[in-house]
Amino acid sequence: MTIILNGDRHEVAGTRESISVSELLEQLSIDARRVAVEHNLVVLRRAAFDETVVREGDQIEIVNFVGGG
Amino acid sequence: MDTFTIAGKTFTSRLIVGTGKYSSPSVMVKAHDASGAEMITVAVRRVNISDRSKESLLDYIDTSKYFILPNTAGCYTADEAVRTARLGREAGLSNWVKLEVIGDEKTLFPDNEALIEATRILVREDFVVLPYTNDDPVACRKLEDAGAAAVMPLGAPIGSGLGIQNPNNIRIIREFSRVPVIVDAGVGTASDAALAMELGADAVLMNTAIAGAQNPVAMAEAMNLAVRAGRLAYLSGRIPRKMYANASSPVEGLVGR
Repeated sequence: MTIILNGDRHEVAGTRESISVSELLEQLSIDARRVAVEHNLVVLRRAAFDETVVREGDQIEIVNFVGGG
Repeated sequence: MDTFTIAGKTFTSRLIVGTGKYSSPSVMVKAHDASGAEMITVAVRRVNISDRSKESLLDYIDTSKYFILPNTAGCYTADEAVRTARLGREAGLSNWVKLEVIGDEKTLFPDNEALIEATRILVREDFVVLPYTNDDPVACRKLEDAGAAAVMPLGAPIGSGLGIQNPNNIRIIREFSRVPVIVDAGVGTASDAALAMELGADAVLMNTAIAGAQNPVAMAEAMNLAVRAGRLAYLSGRIPRKMYANASSPVEGLVGR
């Protein structure tokens, strides 16, 4: 399954046709408490990470805080 | 005690500082401490997927001590800024946003029209919106009417260190505004921050002036003092400007007259 992750094509590991946002973050070794996720232009509440299903071609943005003014 | 309040949240320190451009996280932490700031700004950016080794900025920020204000820096449309603000809200701990919608790459001046539009949208979504704006009293009034919780006019272009370019506009904005006025951007050194406060600003927001100084920790302390000094001077009521001298010592009783 290929998704668009942070603007780039990304091959999701495994052979399943869908994956939850929580599973995707785990696969990427990203601490869910430190990021925000947008799924097909909809910003997700953290509580929705488990139930939100990512499929082929979906657009995912994962952001965090960096230094800024 | 002299405090100021935005959207029901009260602050004692009138200095707000950024987290960008520091040479190391430890310098940043020391500078934040020296600044006395209670609110610090952060940017929202994509996580680096290929290199997960970098530590998170939040590893270095004591969120029990500092209130985090996510920004929408680098956004050029209302849509981008709204998306970024929504992400910042989910990544963070509050519904506050420092709203930037940039209109020009070279000067980083705001796009007022898009800024007002984004403010309206975010206010409807219950954000506490602090827009970074031109030093234009009419733009500030429109932002206030759109529901901004404070207005943040620039002193000079972001990162320029030119100081307050249009002091009278800042004074007029303060006179007109019913919400707090925070001078955001353009401060180069302590006297610039003091001037902003003497003009009546409720607070000053800066990043580069501290992070880019040769000694950021000492400059943070200088800014801390300058903001307090400027505020105290503002409250104390300065003397009017006169065109000619007015002797401080008695004119009577001079020896030999």
